[in-house]
Amino acid sequence: MDAPPHANRTHSNDALFAYTLRLGDNCLVLAQRLSAWVGHAPALEEDIAVANVALDMVGQAQLWLALAADLEGQGRNADDLAYGRDAGAFRNLLLVEQPNGDYAKTLMRQFLFDAWHHPMLVALAASSETRIAEIAAKAAKEAAYHLTRSRDLVVSLGDGTGESHDRMQAALATLWPYTGEMVLADPVDEALAVTGAAPDLATLAAIWSDAVGATLTEATLVRPADGYAQRGGKQGVHSEHLGYMLAEMQFVQRAYPGGTW
Amino acid sequence: MVVTGALPSTETVWTWLADVPDPEIPVLSLVDLGVIRDVVWHGDTLAVTLTPTYSGCPATGVIQFEVEQALRRHGIDRLELKRQLSPPWTTDWITPRGRAALKAYGIAPPGSTACPRCGSKTITEISRFGSTPCKAQYRCGDCLEPFDLFKCH
Repeated sequence: MDAPPHANRTHSNDALFAYTLRLGDNCLVLAQRLSAWVGHAPALEEDIAVANVALDMVGQAQLWLALAADLEGQGRNADDLAYGRDAGAFRNLLLVEQPNGDYAKTLMRQFLFDAWHHPMLVALAASSETRIAEIAAKAAKEAAYHLTRSRDLVVSLGDGTGESHDRMQAALATLWPYTGEMVLADPVDEALAVTGAAPDLATLAAIWSDAVGATLTEATLVRPADGYAQRGGKQGVHSEHLGYMLAEMQFVQRAYPGGTW
Repeated sequence: MVVTGALPSTETVWTWLADVPDPEIPVLSLVDLGVIRDVVWHGDTLAVTLTPTYSGCPATGVIQFEVEQALRRHGIDRLELKRQLSPPWTTDWITPRGRAALKAYGIAPPGSTACPRCGSKTITEISRFGSTPCKAQYRCGDCLEPFDLFKCH
């Protein structure tokens, strides 16, 4: 007997909602972090660059969160998801919510993320879920440019002065424990990988590790040993930093719900 | 009021859209930029399909507004604007006329390796990002002028 065409729809939409929320929240949270540099970056060119990367990521967040809201089917839109959820309902990776620190830490965070984000989007462009594939194909072109920039800067500053080298190495040590989560699959990742809607994270892990390893070598930076991987962001268990960031990001909509101008 | 028999042809609509400038780079029309993907009549409703350049480009909303304004000025009452993400916009869709307009305006067209002012091939990237998401900043080694280069995308 054939199953009715929508037999798995509820389950499937739940997983797709959870998954697209993760993709959108990664972009939104990192964009907000990067935006804090606007007007403060160490050089004019970097100020412009960081603003442009943030802008791309806000745009990507809008696309993913609009899709997530549609999949959820509760009448919420992308803005409701961005401004109306508390930290526990966010599903971003712990890496992207880490504080900006000095510019070395901001750049290292960007590179570690871009080196995952770009191959992830390339893989998602072949998703069996058309709406995911379309957004990913568009975002992948932007992410490729982000990766080229952050990779070049990691090499320039890692293999730069003694001061820049030490700062990049320190940033790497601080951020490394947050990288494992990117490639550790949970039931949502597995459910989507089975249907071809999302890639197998083990494949991504190898791509990320090779690319990061090659860049760190070129940057004369020492790759930290893999130890305990901090995780929980994808399930809504965040570091304390996220709440402070959201308090600032969401203030206007919290104070004046539905306000427009 | 639109009389069914008097609907303008889609070719005519394309010529109207070719007069609508891009809000951030006004020497380019929206047609030259390659963001108008389709123009079609559904009965007496005109459907125009637009594609965004960059996901977060702030001009996207303005472009929709400008298209709507322009078509209404030409008497189109029943209008549907659609967004299409796939295939993603590429600078390959900028028309030859658009490329020439960019160069004349002082912006090196995508893929260019020469200064748009003096034609020198001695150019250096200053910043991977420029005044809009679609451009990078370069400097000419001969005439020494800085200029925008439209990034290949």
